Amino acid sequence: MCLAIPARVVTVDRDGGTAVVSLGGVKKEVSTALLEDVAVDDYVLIHVGFALHKIDPVEAERTLALFAQAGLVGGP
Amino acid sequence: MKYIDEFRQHDLARTLADAIAREAQGDRSYHLMEFCGGHTHAIFRYGVQDLMPANVTFVHGPGCPVCVLPVGRIDQAMRLVEQHDHVILCTYGDLLRVPASGRKSLLKAKAAGADVRMVYSTTDALKIARDNPEREVVFFAIGFETTTPPSAVAVKQAHAEGLKNFSIFSNHLLTPAAIQNILESPEVRELGSVRIDGFFGPSHVSSIIGTQPYEFFAEEFQRPVVIAGFEPLDVMQSALMLIRQINAGRHEVENEYTRVVTREGNVKAKALVAEVFELRRSFEWRGLGTVPYSAFKVKEAYAGFDCERRFDMPAVAAADNKGCECPAILRGAKRPTDCKLFATVCTPDNPLGSCMVSSEGACAAYWSYGRFRGAAANHDARRSRT
Amino acid sequence: MSAKLKPLHRLDLRNGCVDMSHGSGGRAASQLIEELFVRHFDNELLGQRNDQAAFDVGAGRMVMSVDAHVISPIFFPGGDIGSLAVHGTVNDVAMSGARPLYLSAAFILEEGYPLADLDRIVASMARAAREAGVAIVTGDTKVVERGKGDGVFITTTGVGIVPEGIHISGDRARPGDAILVSGTLGDHGVAIMSSRENLQFETTIQSDSAPLNTLVADMVAAVPDIHCMRDPTRGGLASTLNELAQQSGVGMMLRESAIPIREEVAAACELLGLDPLYLANEGKLIAICPQGKAERLLDTMRAHPLGANSAIIGQVIEDSYALVQMETRFGGSRVVDWLAGDPLPRIC
Repeated sequence: MCLAIPARVVTVDRDGGTAVVSLGGVKKEVSTALLEDVAVDDYVLIHVGFALHKIDPVEAERTLALFAQAGLVGGP
Repeated sequence: MKYIDEFRQHDLARTLADAIAREAQGDRSYHLMEFCGGHTHAIFRYGVQDLMPANVTFVHGPGCPVCVLPVGRIDQAMRLVEQHDHVILCTYGDLLRVPASGRKSLLKAKAAGADVRMVYSTTDALKIARDNPEREVVFFAIGFETTTPPSAVAVKQAHAEGLKNFSIFSNHLLTPAAIQNILESPEVRELGSVRIDGFFGPSHVSSIIGTQPYEFFAEEFQRPVVIAGFEPLDVMQSALMLIRQINAGRHEVENEYTRVVTREGNVKAKALVAEVFELRRSFEWRGLGTVPYSAFKVKEAYAGFDCERRFDMPAVAAADNKGCECPAILRGAKRPTDCKLFATVCTPDNPLGSCMVSSEGACAAYWSYGRFRGAAANHDARRSRT
Repeated sequence: MSAKLKPLHRLDLRNGCVDMSHGSGGRAASQLIEELFVRHFDNELLGQRNDQAAFDVGAGRMVMSVDAHVISPIFFPGGDIGSLAVHGTVNDVAMSGARPLYLSAAFILEEGYPLADLDRIVASMARAAREAGVAIVTGDTKVVERGKGDGVFITTTGVGIVPEGIHISGDRARPGDAILVSGTLGDHGVAIMSSRENLQFETTIQSDSAPLNTLVADMVAAVPDIHCMRDPTRGGLASTLNELAQQSGVGMMLRESAIPIREEVAAACELLGLDPLYLANEGKLIAICPQGKAERLLDTMRAHPLGANSAIIGQVIEDSYALVQMETRFGGSRVVDWLAGDPLPRIC
């Protein structure tokens, strides 16, 4: 499987098909060729120098809430 | 680090561990296969199995593209770069130390003078091709569906720029084919000697292919699949979801990694792959044997970027080391400790099989993180508290 | 008064290059030594211009250490091969508890190496030596043909004196001892990687390369009974702790949450798939001391500018396997193994 890391989009170069992302202060230029549209402050998944997918902030919150609820909700 | 640290929280781990301990029924055991090397790595790195009850076990699967790459393919690439001075072979770091035939590796070939260069991205390989027009640049393309779209983009880019000296050695693999192969194997289907009660679906492969391709498995093989995120809390939540399905007798595809994975995946990436690649009728996987429609090759329209058509690269049939149990380990039929070579002759310093070389491989993970689990447990009891 | 025969033209430090005559021992070599090395290193012993330096030593045990430096890139964020060489040898001597006194420096230069860069390196070494309070008192220069050297190789030897009553050694770790580090880990490793072309990431992380001798002096004065000290250079914290565990025949149990790592270093490691525990540090040390002295040692370290982020990261335990283990931040445990080779970035 594949090492892919979420990072925040800092600048976008639409013509060049690239963006600069930041993770904990480390910046890297990545290709946006696999995504339709990318905006500053989006979070994207980075793998081998490419942005693979956007991260959905609503779903992220929902997932974290699920973890916390695990203790309360039992069974399917 | 956002979307990373929150998914590693210690207190939430406890909450999930308690829930799993409550819901895992005492009178049965749960064998959950994590297909992906990334999950194997996370489980060991964070010690997730320490938080699981004894009747829940992880079965390590073949989702490590380095581990399942037949030795012969590495030999082919090595011969190419050794026999042709003008070839520059670009490769991801993962492949450099994999042992090939004759105890050689790409790293050793590099030490002996072959022009082998490590790159982080296909973008780097393209740059090398542009900067060295009189040399031939060959990119050793490995990986599952997560890593295939970047290769497709590179080929299209090379085509658009009219680059005449760039090609790829395609060893891209398909995940569903491997899952099917495992589930159809005699050990699983008939003999029941390898118990798999449920699957953790790969995180990032699924971000590309979506959850839809797994629906067939859940139905056909009557086993639940939960697409699990990469972080340890994701793995635990997914284990809980699998246990719940197993308890209820359900076998559906559920998605735990909803912040990245959707049902249809990344449509644009899939289209790019379909434009550049087509399925090979069959491909040999180390450990799984020949698997039909399980790998990609470059389409005719882009033949100029397929190194197997550009160069004469005769196939190399290479046998695995006799005592090496990688094949069984990759199928989940054996554990690293079942292999006679493990930790005796085969160590990270002297790896005989790729399960030991790749940090995603079950043997490497076992060695690094879990070799003396029994001893570790004793120490937990004995160490003094401050 | 004798008239010294001065060379007609000074060394062209701006545009000149090293050539074979600079290593030949003749006038050109002498000029290089005078106008570059002696000018920067400038101390009484070196100024005597003998092939050796003679000095008195006080009471106590003498300590000697040697290091060869072949780093690439030669200039990196936070330092260069010169400052690294000085810091490295000062630290090796200091890890025994000794006060470093004198250094020697031997240079192997590649024909064609720019004198401007050499000047920069030597100036940097001089600065590092002054900062550490040591003098570079003797040296040597050789030149190899173009293609037979990687620009500059430097070998440094250091000598020092260990004060009475100090016995620091890798085989002295005992169950119950506390394990301390003097600051954040992985900075140097990440700084080096960021300047390697094909990885192309931007970071503000600088190498932590620094002389630790004054920190060590404070430490041994406060806690003379320190058992072990070592600086986690190549191979990182993990390799160094494994070495000590093996030498002492003990195990170790670390707490991941206690290990200081900068956010940027952690982030770079996530991006490349590396483990910060295996990355090199050039301005940090590990100390192992009796449990009862741990707080005192920690306070002493934190009071020094180079030890501001010091922390107690674990404990020595009984273990016939001599394993280094760690309680993960997550709650489970893992073994921190000895590195097989250099950490390589991975995609999987």
